[in-house]
Amino acid sequence: MAQFEPVQTRKSLLTGDEAVAHAVRQSSVDLVAAYPITPQTIIVERIADFAASGAFTGQFVPVESEHSAMSACIGGALAGARAFTATASQGLALMHEMLYAASGLRLPISMAIANRALNSPLNIHNDHTDVMGSIDSGWIQLFVENAEEAYDRVIQSFRIAEAVNLPVAINLDGFTLTHSTEPVEMLSDEVVRGFVGRPPKRDSLMDEAPKSFGLMSLPDSYQFFKDDQSRATTGSSVTISQVEGEYAKLSGREHGPLKIFRPGSKVMMVMLGSYAGTARTTARRMKNDGEQVGVISLGWLRPFPEKQFLDALEGVETLMIMDRSVSYGAPAGPLASDVMSLLYRYGIKRKVIAVTYGLGGRGFLEEDAMRLFRYAGKSGSSFESFFFYGGE
Amino acid sequence: MEENSKLSQFQPVKSIFEINREERMAPGHRACAGCGPMIAVRQILQSLDVKPVVISATGCVEVTTSTYPDSAWLVPWAHVAFENSAAVASGVEAAMHALKVRGELKEERPVIALAGDGGTFDIGLQALSGALERGHRMLYVCYDNEAYMNTGIQRSSATPFGAWTTTSPVGKEWPGKAEIKKDIMGIVVAHGTPYAATASISHWKDLMTKVRKAVSQNGPTFLHVYAPCNRGWRFEPKDTVEVAKRAVETRFFPLYEVENGRYRITVPVAKPRPLEDFLSLQGRFSHLLKPENLEVLKELKSIVEERWSKINAAASVQVQT
Ligand SMILES: Cc1ncc(C[n+]2csc(CCOP(=O)(O)OP(=O)(O)O)c2C)c(N)n1
Ligand code: SF4
Ligand SMILES: [Mg+2]
Repeated sequence: MAQFEPVQTRKSLLTGDEAVAHAVRQSSVDLVAAYPITPQTIIVERIADFAASGAFTGQFVPVESEHSAMSACIGGALAGARAFTATASQGLALMHEMLYAASGLRLPISMAIANRALNSPLNIHNDHTDVMGSIDSGWIQLFVENAEEAYDRVIQSFRIAEAVNLPVAINLDGFTLTHSTEPVEMLSDEVVRGFVGRPPKRDSLMDEAPKSFGLMSLPDSYQFFKDDQSRATTGSSVTISQVEGEYAKLSGREHGPLKIFRPGSKVMMVMLGSYAGTARTTARRMKNDGEQVGVISLGWLRPFPEKQFLDALEGVETLMIMDRSVSYGAPAGPLASDVMSLLYRYGIKRKVIAVTYGLGGRGFLEEDAMRLFRYAGKSGSSFESFFFYGGE
Repeated sequence: MEENSKLSQFQPVKSIFEINREERMAPGHRACAGCGPMIAVRQILQSLDVKPVVISATGCVEVTTSTYPDSAWLVPWAHVAFENSAAVASGVEAAMHALKVRGELKEERPVIALAGDGGTFDIGLQALSGALERGHRMLYVCYDNEAYMNTGIQRSSATPFGAWTTTSPVGKEWPGKAEIKKDIMGIVVAHGTPYAATASISHWKDLMTKVRKAVSQNGPTFLHVYAPCNRGWRFEPKDTVEVAKRAVETRFFPLYEVENGRYRITVPVAKPRPLEDFLSLQGRFSHLLKPENLEVLKELKSIVEERWSKINAAASVQVQT
């Protein structure tokens, strides 16, 4: 990094949820409307604590459902406020309709998703089924690997959202991150406040001249709106990188579209979220035994970091793509499908092994990663997919 | 919650000269001729001097006034979805407080959530209940045309007993709608809401006074507005106001208010007209006037009588009959 000016920081032991709550407290948020659901609850409870003690200076609206949580955030954003919510699983599913409303209205709203499985059967543990169900709802989707990254990404999300007029979701693995205590180096309140600033002026319900929002659009205009929205989402990568760069200068912490571990390895495991750390540790150990395996961990899923991903394919023979959710009846899981369509689009051939794993909290240990890496090194077919049962 | 002093006083509307003459609903929108809900909207908006923020639920009023790139709304307005106008309005209200505290907003505007009977009695009931309980300062207006009109006259829980709709058709086995209208006012009042009232487009002074009174309260308020729909109720567009008037005069739709739990009948109907005067104007009730449905008609009459008696009994001053 070019210039690292250390700023006032505070090392704390925080869970992922607490780290998110602190980021919200520091980011001059005007409105938090939220509804509790495991494993997101601590976020809401801490923000309520901060509101009770005066440390959070926005409005805390304890709504009666996630649908209303997102609705209230939409109302707040329409009035020009900075709005935040957090949810998971059933809650994200319940607010599904409003996710499209938020993005279609081009509103800058931030949301933490404490990723969790979906009913039925009921399961409160981690996987990515919740977010994958709304991956095409027009939100920028960021994924984090640890509590500190969750903190950083929440702070960044306000700047990103307000610059590109799109809502941003920060995905953190339920329990693995939300409930694990880790060292987090917080920036000072002043530094964060300075970094996020206040929302730039935009058209709002508070404007002197009356404005209408959310009109009905007929077939002559609808597709133009969606075209605009699609371009804005793809184009947001430039802004996200800028914000990441500015933040890195401030904090010394760089988070990009993806993290590549051992670039050019013959086998690359492609991952989302906290299990990437396990895969990296394993790859490091295997290197000592002379095996060439690496890890690509995606920080962004929407927009998909196409260029950076393609650059990471140099020298790679096999992509083992790890999905923690199922696309029932589809050719592959959602992450694998994304990667394969990218490969096809650029005429690139790689062996693909699409692995479904970690559903409903099923673990992923170093032994698991090692077994998979070894299998990938030996497998001969150009495509295969299977469910992998780890954590035992 | 902070008081906005300008809003906390109200003047009853005594004559047409006391209303805001500034038109807030532009001409050229696509509502049917003689649309009751649109009359309600004009009356509501012109009872106030300040421009409120209106959050519309999906429904006839919304779709007919907001086809891109045109909007008929001359006040700040937003539509998000069908079932959540109370929740969106909650967010607007909370945001205004936050922005005011930060010194970024000079004055808060009144917030009006506007939804049909479907968006209120049925799919939006939870969001309404949440907003009432949390105590947001907003006026929630339900314009009641007694069915889902926008989607083609399907029954709602506000549709009266015996009425024909496309999902409560009249046949050998069905007398029209078999269930009675939900008591939405009772539900709202049970929340301890400081001010709730019924109103009808036919009694505009009463309606406009109630809007002013509601907006002056420092908390959530509710207005249940009777707004006939000529397409759905099957009557001549010229009769919209007459139908609304007869609903009041037959005691089919009593006009009253509940202020901090105290009931007051604002338009006393000492000598009600026969219910047939109301029913006979409308195609949706035509089957009730046939001899074979006499029992159904009798039941409807007793429902109407019971509803009136309950409200009259609760009122601090009873209407003597
Ligand atoms: C979640 C959802 N379900 C169904 C619909 C379809 N829908 C749109 S408007 C409407 C009926 C509205 O009825 P009401 O609230 O009484 O308003 P009106 O059209 O009578 O003015 C329905 C069912 C929708 N928009 N959203
Ligand atoms: S269908 Fe009824 S409520 Fe809808 S615009 Fe026409 S008259 Fe108004
Ligand atoms: Mg209706």
